[in-house]
Amino acid sequence: MTDVKAALPSLVLPQDPQAGIPGRRDRPRAREIYWRALLHDKLALVALVFLLVLIFATVFAGIVAPHDPEKGGLMLRNKPPMTQAVDGGVPYILGTDALGRDQLSRLLFGGRISLAAGFASVIISGTVGILLGLAAGYYRGALDDIIMRFVDLQMGFPSLLTALLVLYVFGSGVWKVVLVLAVTRWMIYARVTRSLVMTYREHVFVEAANAIGCSNRRILFLHILPNLLSPIMVLATLEVGTMILTEASLSFLGLGIQPPQSSWGLMLAQGRGYVTTAWWLVTFPGVLILLTCLSLNLLATWVRAVTDPVTRWRFLAPPKGATE
Amino acid sequence: MGLVIVVFFVTHLLGDPARLMLRPEATDAQVEDLRESLGLNDPLRVQFWRFITDLAHGDLGDSLWQKVPAMDIVKDRLPATLYLATATLFIAIPLAITLGIISAIRPRSLADRCVTVFSLAGVSTADFWLGLMLILVFAVELRWVPTSGYGGVEYVILPAAALALRPIGRISQVVRSAMLDEMNRTYITTARAKGLSERVVILGHSLKNAAIPILTLMGDEAASLLNGAVVIETLFGWPGIGILLIQAIEKRDLPLIEASVLTIAVMIILVNLLVDLAYSIIDPRVRYD
Repeated sequence: MTDVKAALPSLVLPQDPQAGIPGRRDRPRAREIYWRALLHDKLALVALVFLLVLIFATVFAGIVAPHDPEKGGLMLRNKPPMTQAVDGGVPYILGTDALGRDQLSRLLFGGRISLAAGFASVIISGTVGILLGLAAGYYRGALDDIIMRFVDLQMGFPSLLTALLVLYVFGSGVWKVVLVLAVTRWMIYARVTRSLVMTYREHVFVEAANAIGCSNRRILFLHILPNLLSPIMVLATLEVGTMILTEASLSFLGLGIQPPQSSWGLMLAQGRGYVTTAWWLVTFPGVLILLTCLSLNLLATWVRAVTDPVTRWRFLAPPKGATE
Repeated sequence: MGLVIVVFFVTHLLGDPARLMLRPEATDAQVEDLRESLGLNDPLRVQFWRFITDLAHGDLGDSLWQKVPAMDIVKDRLPATLYLATATLFIAIPLAITLGIISAIRPRSLADRCVTVFSLAGVSTADFWLGLMLILVFAVELRWVPTSGYGGVEYVILPAAALALRPIGRISQVVRSAMLDEMNRTYITTARAKGLSERVVILGHSLKNAAIPILTLMGDEAASLLNGAVVIETLFGWPGIGILLIQAIEKRDLPLIEASVLTIAVMIILVNLLVDLAYSIIDPRVRYD
């Protein structure tokens, strides 16, 4: 193995057109490019800051939240936003719900579950989908046929309905919801990964890796997979938003998160009965869902633009005239 | 066909249908009785064959909840869902195409940026929340339309608007990128050189050729429209298939669940068939493939 590595530079470098150019080290590094691009695109910056603040606030909800999310009081039922607390403490900034519980605190604690469900299900479905996609695209043959048959089957059917059916059979709860969300979306990654792998496996660098005796596993994970990371990151970022929306829909229908646990979707379902009397109960959880998913979308658009060499220049050198 | 098998095995293998149909507190004897009466103690291949032959006759068994054939209930509910879907597309398609054209005419302009952010917001909004907001503003505060129910234009406008936002976002983005691709082609330069007005160039040449990717997406959107219909119908009390499926799940009514799921699947297949047929009408090249 060490012999191969030692021989590698002399094998590869002559083919690399950038190789002997002296200024190569002076070119901006990848991290620097991303940083400059982020400062250039204000919208993406705002989205990133919003998401970081939100994640921080929900993770440390125990410290940040002004009130106990479970403690209510009949005197405090459905108080509008900015109601002063009786004991002179922090006012109920976003009002209280039907049981007199502080909505802001509940949003933060509920956000924990919404965000956790979104990220966890993306990690699970992404891992499964990428592995199956790698296998299908690289080995082809019967394995590919079987995997893609399942992908097509699931693509043709609305994912929310798949989730409803599976939850009906298995019952609900946070981890079941996460698993079900993962089950309904794995095929998105499998399809994208497979199509990308199929183009990369024909490239010269894979042939070269094969020639120096790399195992299939090594080629797949060390040579092909790194090339797939940026399109898959874009996809995964978008999917977190989709998952949060689906979780909200499932909880809204009463098949997702169950009380006493809470999520933004469930809070909307609970507030639905008070549309006529307490507008804040149906407004704020939805605003948070919207802002979270919008931020994820903006960030994904930005990642796509920055990782694509064709559009990247736009961030690095501001265009003189407005040209596309 | 594959879907039929999956529906059968998901409902028959993963859980015990008899137990799923009864309340959790049912005794073992009750479960056993129901198993016997539904023929669930037969070998699986016998059950599957019975399921397939019954299905071929359009018969999925009687609804346990309403004691009438499940398919009849679904047939009753189908028009309401189709009505809602049509109304939604009626709002979504013209708006999405207009927005897409506006942003394709001047890429990276202020108008383009606004449309992009709007369409991203459209994709990011929980449709049932938008529905709640629309109820709050137009039904509760302004009292222009009723909050829920089934009927004419005043009833369908809110649910359709709530359902339309996401397709508008998705379709307008594809219209934009498909139009931009076409605008850079040489035939557009030719058309302009001929002295055709910009309107004719955009609507007659560019949009027409951009129609294929737009149409493909509309097929996908029709499927996800049914996704949204489940939630929106529940929110607005719209008597369609979506709310029926939720009710069937709540009542643990297996035949009714199977009937509504299969009907939804058939609708999606039909929409995709229509899209395929539409290709050949719009683009003559497809016909000879």
